Amino acid sequence: MLLYVFRRLLTAIPTLFVIVTLAFFLIRVAPGGPFNQERGLSPEIKANLEAQFGLNDPLWVQYLHYLKNLAHGDFGPSYNLPDFTVGELFAKGLPISIQLGASALVLALLLGSLLGTVAALNQNKAGDYSVIALATAGSTIPTFVIAPIIQLVFGLTWKMLPIGGWGDGAFVNKIGPVITLALPQIAIVARLMRGSMIESLHSHHIRTARALGLSDWSVVVKHALRGAVLPIVSFTGPAAAALLTGSIIVETIFAIPGVGRYFVDAALNRDYTLVMGTVVVIAIFTIVFNLIVDIMYAVVDPRVRYD
Amino acid sequence: MLKTMLKATVFAATLAVSAGAFQAPAFADVVYNRGSAAEPESLDPHKTSTIYEANVLRDLFQGLVMQDEKANVIPGAAESWTVSDDGTVYTFKLRKDGMWSDGSPVTAEDFVYAFHRLEDPATGAEYASMLYPIKGAEEVNTKKGKPEDMGVKAIDATTLEVTLKAPTPYFLEMLTHQATYPVSKASIDKLDADWVKAGKLVSNGAYTLAEWVPNDHIKLIKNPKFWEADTVKIDTVNYIPTEDRASAIKRFEAGELDSYDDLPTEQLADLQAKFGDQIKVGPYLGTYYYAIKTDKAPWDNVELRNAISMAIDRDFLAEKVWQNSMLPGYSMVPPGIEGYTPALAKYADMPQIDREDEAKKILEKLGYTPEHPLKMEIRYNTSENHKNTAVAIQEQLKPLGVEVTLLNTDTKTHYSFLEQKGNYDVARAGWIADYKDPETFLGISRKASGNNYSDFDNADFEKAMDKAAAAGGNPQERMKDLSEAERVLVDNVGNIPLLYYSYHDIVSPKLHGFVDNVMDVHPSRFISKD
Repeated sequence: MLLYVFRRLLTAIPTLFVIVTLAFFLIRVAPGGPFNQERGLSPEIKANLEAQFGLNDPLWVQYLHYLKNLAHGDFGPSYNLPDFTVGELFAKGLPISIQLGASALVLALLLGSLLGTVAALNQNKAGDYSVIALATAGSTIPTFVIAPIIQLVFGLTWKMLPIGGWGDGAFVNKIGPVITLALPQIAIVARLMRGSMIESLHSHHIRTARALGLSDWSVVVKHALRGAVLPIVSFTGPAAAALLTGSIIVETIFAIPGVGRYFVDAALNRDYTLVMGTVVVIAIFTIVFNLIVDIMYAVVDPRVRYD
Repeated sequence: MLKTMLKATVFAATLAVSAGAFQAPAFADVVYNRGSAAEPESLDPHKTSTIYEANVLRDLFQGLVMQDEKANVIPGAAESWTVSDDGTVYTFKLRKDGMWSDGSPVTAEDFVYAFHRLEDPATGAEYASMLYPIKGAEEVNTKKGKPEDMGVKAIDATTLEVTLKAPTPYFLEMLTHQATYPVSKASIDKLDADWVKAGKLVSNGAYTLAEWVPNDHIKLIKNPKFWEADTVKIDTVNYIPTEDRASAIKRFEAGELDSYDDLPTEQLADLQAKFGDQIKVGPYLGTYYYAIKTDKAPWDNVELRNAISMAIDRDFLAEKVWQNSMLPGYSMVPPGIEGYTPALAKYADMPQIDREDEAKKILEKLGYTPEHPLKMEIRYNTSENHKNTAVAIQEQLKPLGVEVTLLNTDTKTHYSFLEQKGNYDVARAGWIADYKDPETFLGISRKASGNNYSDFDNADFEKAMDKAAAAGGNPQERMKDLSEAERVLVDNVGNIPLLYYSYHDIVSPKLHGFVDNVMDVHPSRFISKD
């Protein structure tokens, strides 16, 4: 098992290298650069700016320069926020996005699993239908509709929550964003759980357990759940990577200083270094979480063996 | 016994707490939560470009001159100045009590250092052009000259002499721009790139930089070393970037923001009904226009350009597309600059129906009818309002025999394409004044300007602009000359001006000193809060 993990981590390095190279050249294919704007710059001033960031070197020189710095953990300065390095921006914003994403993920897994199990146990009855209806609503209503509604109802009308801002990590500031992030995921987890729980509850070993007279609780939680949880585990890998790196919509509407916005803004602004930073971060997260998911398979399902 | 003691303790504790509560307000900081629509890019005055930086820097630093609450030029770090008879030499007397926030005095050398640094090519300053009127400045910036030859000299610790290339009546206005602010050489020498960090940034204005959490807030606290610190009423200014306009309005309503510098314009009518005079809308020095390729057939025909421009119903655009957050525009220079009369298009007063008839006649004469339409492509950068404007114009031009296709690209692609003089017909552009003078709007249509997206090349216009520049010593005559130059530009349809910008802010009635002005400039040092 340990050897397996080690092998996976080893293959992560060439994977990252390919991703970084592709991203580096692709972002420069997009027309325009970091310094194109409404008020055009004179060629001399533009040349001065580009010289400052090394943008007038030949492309392969810039690439090698970037790789060398990357090996030292230096992602470079942000072009559009030059007072900060990409590393600083992520150091400040990533913990925030992770907090929100992790809370949303935990909430989604717990609540979604609960709802899915309830639905499975009440299959084709009122409990099932209401969960499915809620799940459909949760996954189809866009976050940019949910978020302003939360702000309006809980913020302005009932004055229970602040409208926006991070409030230095205050609990009340996290409630709105976490619920907005979690709702679509709750819906997905509920449906997944319902499906696999239904399948699990009809399997042979559950029939045997019931025949042996085990309590409902024991049957569902101790036995059926373990088999049903695998699709949720698969889902959690990429979902974790996506949630923990923030959502631009939630962060913009709730004015949260996370890193979600960088994924879109950096590309639109052609902030090359910040784009590369976001690509590296999400690549690392995806690789790590996929590995964790594979390990969890082995933990949950004793039939899975990695050699 | 115990019960009595407990009761006494509770009573005493309550007294103590309430006494504390009475004390607290007297010592409480006055905090101004100032919402802004975007994050500043940098707080180094020499690396700035947008108004979001300008607002924060205006609170942190003091240039030679500053703007008051009405955006009029007032003394800043310089308490007085004299101009030589030929208008080329400015001698600034710096105030003797001007101090940096680290306690060192603000000297003329600081300004010499700052001006050199702005023009130094290694700094990569986008607004280096703000000091180009100074002799030798442009040469330094384009690597053709040495800093020692720049026309800026420290005569003594409190006297700064600036020599210009030619008389420039708007030079003082240009000095209100944040790119001309001084920076502390000692601080930069010691800290290098870290000098801009919160807690370390040395400034000479009303505030110092306490915190900057990107995309969360910028906290400014009152600078006790500021020479006029006793008139500054707000102790802490929190600049809070909130990009989502609708969210910002909710935050304002909940009391999280005391003001916000933009509005969701599609809701303007509802906002005005709901918030009344907390909504501030008024003319802003900016023009929204369509560049049109004047050197490409068929757009090189001035009659054709005139017909297109005439046919556009700007009232409709202003009212229906922009909800009156923009005003119909018929000239390149918007109204609001004292002493200047914009040259409006000749058809500005014609009723829309007549204009459309006239345009149709011209188009027919040139052989274009709805059966044999003229093909025109409008390019714009992605935005709901730009799209709606272009769609509206597409509809307006259709019955006249013009078939419009639309192409939108993201902002960077759009401007990169324009800058490279790509092959387009008509492209959306805008221009916001860097300083309060018509020159900033007319200069971009000169042949040599990099912002001349229409490739306008008209000898009469160039002559008129040169004439205005030569009249630098006589402001009134110069304004007349500029107006005549604009007349040439407008009559020859060098651009198609569509709308004038307006500012739209929302301001809490608790704030005082937030005075409407055409530059939308509201320094925190003149603002107080109940």
